[in-house]
Amino acid sequence: MSAQKDRWISSLVFLLFCVSSIPKCGSASLQQEPSPQHYFSGLEAGKTSLAFFTPSVSPGAQLFLEQIESSAEALQDYGVSVVKVNCPKEDVSRYCGKENALRKAFLFRGSRLIREFPTDALFDVNSIVANVLFALLFNEVKYVETLADLENIENVLKGKSNMVFAYVPATGTAEHRAVMEAAFVYGTIHQFVLTTEAALLKATSQDDPDVSSAWLLFCHCQQATDPAQPCRRTALAQPLTLLSIHRHLKLMGAPLVTEVAEDPEKISTVHLQLGLPLVFILSQKETYEADRRTAEFVAWQLLGKAGVALLSRDLVDLNVLHRSNVALKTPDEGMPIQYLVLEDTDEVITLVEDKNKVKQIQKDEQEEEEEDEHEKENNNQDIQDDQVVEAVSRDKKRELPLEEILVLTEENFHSSLSKAAWTVVLFYASWEAVSLAVLRSYSEVAALLKETPGVLLSRVNCWDWPGLCSQENVTQFPTMRIYKEGQQSVTYGGMWGTEELSSFILLSQVSCPLKLATMDEAEGYLRGEFPPELSSHHHTSLLGVFSTATSEAREAFEEAGNILSGDVRMGMYFEDDALSLSGKYSVSPPALLLTRRGSQSVEGIPLSKHSVQDMVQMIRYQLLDIFPEITVSNLPQYLQLGKPFLILFSAGEISQMESEEMLKLAKGRPQKTFVACWLNLKKTPVGHGILRTYFSTTPSLPVLLWVNLHAGGQVFKFPSEQSITEMNILSWLEKLQAGLEIPSSTLSEEDWKPPLPAYDFLQMMDPSVPELSPHPGHTPAQHPPQSPGGDTARGDTATREEPSQESTAEEIGSPGRGLRGTAPRLAARDKLGKRHSEL
Amino acid sequence: LGLALYTGSLCVVSGATFLYHDYCVIGAGPAGLQAAYFLQQAGRDYIVFERSHAPGSFFALYPRHRKLISINKQYTGKSNSEFNLRHDWNSLLSHDRRLLFRHYSHDFFPNADTMVRYLEDFASLLKLQVQYNTAIIHVTLEKNEQAWNGHYFLLIDQDRKNYKCSLLLVAAGTWVPNVVNFPGSEYVEGYETVSINPEDFTGQTVLILGRGNSAFETAENILGVTNFIHMVSRSRVRLSWATHYVGDLRAINNGLLDTYQLKSLDGLLEGDLEDLAIIKDKKGKLHITLRFYLENRNISAGIDSITLPQDELDNFATRAPYDRVIRCLGWKFDFSIYNRSLRMMPGKGNIKKYPQIKPSYESRGTRGLFVLGTASHSVDFRKSAGGFIHGFRYTTRAVHRLLENRHHGVPWPSTVYPITQLTNSIIKRVNEASGLYQMFSVLADIILLRENATAFEYLEEYPIGVLAELETQTGRKARNGLFVVIMEYGRNFSGADKDVFYYNRAVGEAQHAWQSNFLHPVIYYYKRLPTEREMRLRHPDWPLPRPDAIHHIVEDFLTDWTAPNAHILPLRRFLENCLSTDLRNFFAESCFLFAFTRQKLPPSCQQGYMRMQGLVGSQELRHHAVQAGLLQDYTHTDFSDDRPPDSHDGSQEQLMRDHGIPVRPLQHLVNAKDE
Repeated sequence: MSAQKDRWISSLVFLLFCVSSIPKCGSASLQQEPSPQHYFSGLEAGKTSLAFFTPSVSPGAQLFLEQIESSAEALQDYGVSVVKVNCPKEDVSRYCGKENALRKAFLFRGSRLIREFPTDALFDVNSIVANVLFALLFNEVKYVETLADLENIENVLKGKSNMVFAYVPATGTAEHRAVMEAAFVYGTIHQFVLTTEAALLKATSQDDPDVSSAWLLFCHCQQATDPAQPCRRTALAQPLTLLSIHRHLKLMGAPLVTEVAEDPEKISTVHLQLGLPLVFILSQKETYEADRRTAEFVAWQLLGKAGVALLSRDLVDLNVLHRSNVALKTPDEGMPIQYLVLEDTDEVITLVEDKNKVKQIQKDEQEEEEEDEHEKENNNQDIQDDQVVEAVSRDKKRELPLEEILVLTEENFHSSLSKAAWTVVLFYASWEAVSLAVLRSYSEVAALLKETPGVLLSRVNCWDWPGLCSQENVTQFPTMRIYKEGQQSVTYGGMWGTEELSSFILLSQVSCPLKLATMDEAEGYLRGEFPPELSSHHHTSLLGVFSTATSEAREAFEEAGNILSGDVRMGMYFEDDALSLSGKYSVSPPALLLTRRGSQSVEGIPLSKHSVQDMVQMIRYQLLDIFPEITVSNLPQYLQLGKPFLILFSAGEISQMESEEMLKLAKGRPQKTFVACWLNLKKTPVGHGILRTYFSTTPSLPVLLWVNLHAGGQVFKFPSEQSITEMNILSWLEKLQAGLEIPSSTLSEEDWKPPLPAYDFLQMMDPSVPELSPHPGHTPAQHPPQSPGGDTARGDTATREEPSQESTAEEIGSPGRGLRGTAPRLAARDKLGKRHSEL
Repeated sequence: LGLALYTGSLCVVSGATFLYHDYCVIGAGPAGLQAAYFLQQAGRDYIVFERSHAPGSFFALYPRHRKLISINKQYTGKSNSEFNLRHDWNSLLSHDRRLLFRHYSHDFFPNADTMVRYLEDFASLLKLQVQYNTAIIHVTLEKNEQAWNGHYFLLIDQDRKNYKCSLLLVAAGTWVPNVVNFPGSEYVEGYETVSINPEDFTGQTVLILGRGNSAFETAENILGVTNFIHMVSRSRVRLSWATHYVGDLRAINNGLLDTYQLKSLDGLLEGDLEDLAIIKDKKGKLHITLRFYLENRNISAGIDSITLPQDELDNFATRAPYDRVIRCLGWKFDFSIYNRSLRMMPGKGNIKKYPQIKPSYESRGTRGLFVLGTASHSVDFRKSAGGFIHGFRYTTRAVHRLLENRHHGVPWPSTVYPITQLTNSIIKRVNEASGLYQMFSVLADIILLRENATAFEYLEEYPIGVLAELETQTGRKARNGLFVVIMEYGRNFSGADKDVFYYNRAVGEAQHAWQSNFLHPVIYYYKRLPTEREMRLRHPDWPLPRPDAIHHIVEDFLTDWTAPNAHILPLRRFLENCLSTDLRNFFAESCFLFAFTRQKLPPSCQQGYMRMQGLVGSQELRHHAVQAGLLQDYTHTDFSDDRPPDSHDGSQEQLMRDHGIPVRPLQHLVNAKDE
């Protein structure tokens, strides 16, 4: 970005050079002439001057004088000197004598009067410069009032030169001045035409234009061949300023299509210098003519927005896909050239326009930010940029509904635990933001579970009871534990969301695994009907079936149940008829029976591994869906698989067809080399943020993406014109694997650096001078010289004076800023106050 | 069982019978009992020798006027037991909550008898191994290759009983009264024996030698009944609220300063006691003169022949005769019982009353001999609280931890946390830790970084004087840099000649925190452990050598350093910049976005969300974050804006239109600045 800015500055410097290289006359900005005689005798031929005559004692007109004085410098750039001529009292000549002449300014070339301006037309610097230049450039800038006039000029110019047509709502405005200043420089190259007629504006622009804002068209009449057709026009998209006009004219002057035959990385054109992208149309010998036509077509469309170059692949050895037909080079330093395969020219145009749009926004923001930075160089370090801390502190005035939550202390902790069979304890620190955020969710859990019998929710503030927390081995805040009588406590390890917390608490109520006594219970369990306290919660049900012989597997399963307690709904059946139960689902014990959430069918999975760790891992794996909907809370589970994601972003629920095709795809690949999943943007709106990062804008939905989250971070987009079917996706994936596709985006590799610098106290303290007093106002008290016999001590003390501290107090701030430490932000706004001691 | 095996095991060496223990502790005062408690908790073989029949014999006699000047705060408004120890200067450390001093006395300045009772309870309730009525009268060394330190300590008590130990902890305090010898010093009464009944001083004129708390305490007691009191000592009075040193004159004892400064009644004088001489006249009055006048005189010639200063200088300050002269010059360590081979040497200058020890509290002369308690005050004399119960209860624990590592292979206790807990760990400690607070600039918390700064190890209350030896002293590794958390007063703020009440003495803004004057936390960052040379060459005003970066947490009127913006935010920025990472917390939703759009995740997402412990956050909180511009709300974003309205699924998108509120993208979250 900064490189681009440099170019901006350099072009501005260039422009100023253009205007200021005109020979200057006179060095002072405003000349004073003692009398009209003196003035007229000094006029040189060919020298332009703007004169106004004032009586020695000038009443009023003060505002006008100020404006004209400040415009003197601007006009000097255009070779016009501004002269104030004093009228002696007795003078009754043409310019001094008449009363109304004094209300006018006169423009002379040599001694010839060109124009006289009433002073009320010269209300500010813009109007003065605009009007003076307008008068001087009478031939270069044509003023038109009707469409016919414009068409006449246009027709005359066809085949000869180009026309710049400008509409300004009124003369004397800043836009008018900008057009005039541009005409001063470019007036000999292009024909300038100016109008203030709104009707003309409406006739020349397609949409309903805003008549209150200026408008500039570049009419390509030089190349116009057909006298019947109007010249091609390119409007200036930015607001009218000298800089934007200059830029526009530079761009219009550049060749429409540049033919290049070298490495595109090394190419630089006027477009790139002006901060615009350059589009390369990759051409081959065989298709050169067609490519050339395409390039020209695109170039006309993108005129003023981007440059177009025709790159001959036969001459340059490009290490890119053969199918690539377009390349995009952005002005940003260090940004690699993007090679793309595009279907039609519209795509090229959309691509550039989107890029520009994003860039414009970014630029605006950056400028804003830079301004901010200049404004408060050091102060943004004090501004909270931790979203959790800031959210919690903004919420601190709200009283939390914590009545349902029992407060535990060192005194009542153990007695409370023994009272209830089953206690949930949240250990937190009242000063810590994450703890407080979780406490908010916890209070919602308390409200949800208010009616649930047997659930006792409590909390321990570790800031109040550090001994209790360390005794309970709580080293991190927050920590949630469930204490069951006679059992080891279970520490929660899941998401700190209301839903997840309450589900954990409810599931923990039932022992894990739950021993099922009868075949009916087992069947009911699989249907989600047993035990009744869990029937309202839809979890995947998992049932371990063991024959009496498989005690080793059963013990491992029970152990795994302890670990997964609260996370997973686990049941266990090892009655004599276990064999017949598992037989129903065509497995033999030891086996797992599984009913997924929202599904009726029971899956049978044989249990082969008998170590606890393997069992836990296997169960966790089995709980993953084949084609899951990715949400904020379940993503980590799927990320842990360490595989690329094939993810379908959908605006809402996905269609039956898409779902079936994707399921087929996911099921058809037993080795699971990727995670097939989908995302519901309505349910997980943050998905928009993902798409926006990938594509700048949200592409049309649904969109299927391949995201290499773990290796390389490339994002590939499934062609939107193809329908989402297993076959299409598979063949696309094959192309992907073969490296035939170009990534749409690559995930940023950037490290997470400190967002802002810290205070450099070391530098401030400068340890080489540690005696550097932190209290410059404080001088140490004088010591009385110690007399050897202690004989004069008293006398000495009587005359001793303590240095007064009052002077320092007065220097720095007023009293009442006190309350130290409680209001540092308040003090920060007040630059003076950095120390205080009064209350 | 192991304990039973050791205790009472008899060694027979060179004919004499020795009772062996791994640890011998001399003195059952607060420090000795404190050491015994830690040894007992660790299951070590130890014995404490106490010359008296009960613990804390010093407190049975001193202070003479029975009022302790160590505060006993009943109420702090907080239930945090660790924090409350900051304002409980009398309790020893133990797990037993009954053994808190506030259960023994309600007085802000408790009675010394209560301390004696407390120490008795401490020894008996905790069943500490104390052998009473055993005065160690001689300590010597016995070379032995097998011994822990190459020698055993041989102790002999008043009954010629012999004891042998591998390690000697000297917690004998300083109990030998300082005595000055000058002509006429035989007329001086000692603080140890002087009457504490004010009636005995009625209508008398008194001279007190010394200017410590005992001198002022003595004066305070008789101020109302004497004619006037003069106090003389070498140095000017040091007020503890100006020096921030609890051993200097405490406000509770300074009644004499009032009468001196207001009415020139009583008075303070500066002068070297060595130059003094006292002459008793026939009426029994005591006259002050200078040794100088006596040099060429024969004292026996009688009072009349001696020149008094007022004979030459008729307004000599102490020309009035005194009825009594009282010596209140403090105490010194008893060096007499140590054999020369132990090389127990007095310190130099103003610490000559203490034995020479290293910053690890080990004697400079003998390996394996550690000095605890008041006698160990040379380490932080006139600086911190190592000479007082509320300070040495922590240094004693530190010594115990050093020994556990050195002789029992038990490394310094530490906790390992993920890096996301770094800011929290520091904030927790600086807000509640008592050891850091009492032993400011002496004990420090050490944070050892693990590789790649993904985790850290937290060590509490390590003596920073031996920072360079951290690896060998603690058994922990410091290869990847470390933070040192200590508390400091502002440089140049404390001192006998300083005005600590000047205007604008307090700093309120975080960016000026380094100018904080009152006790505040300071964090030093070192990329590698400082060497012993660097420690030696450090600036005398600095507790530590120049760090790679330093952070001051701005002083706080309430000593509550939990303000999110003034305290925690600058600290986080400091830590982030030392570690070159981003330590912000993120809601699960942000982590979700990062997981899909960035190849790397910030630590809080990595260690929280990715381990399925994401912070979901309530609706209100996320709303606040959106309002603060720190989180983007995508619920209402219009994503069809850039598309022509006739795109194939336009109808649905039409519904979502017109909710678009322009929201700034997560610029400052996503684009982590690194310029």
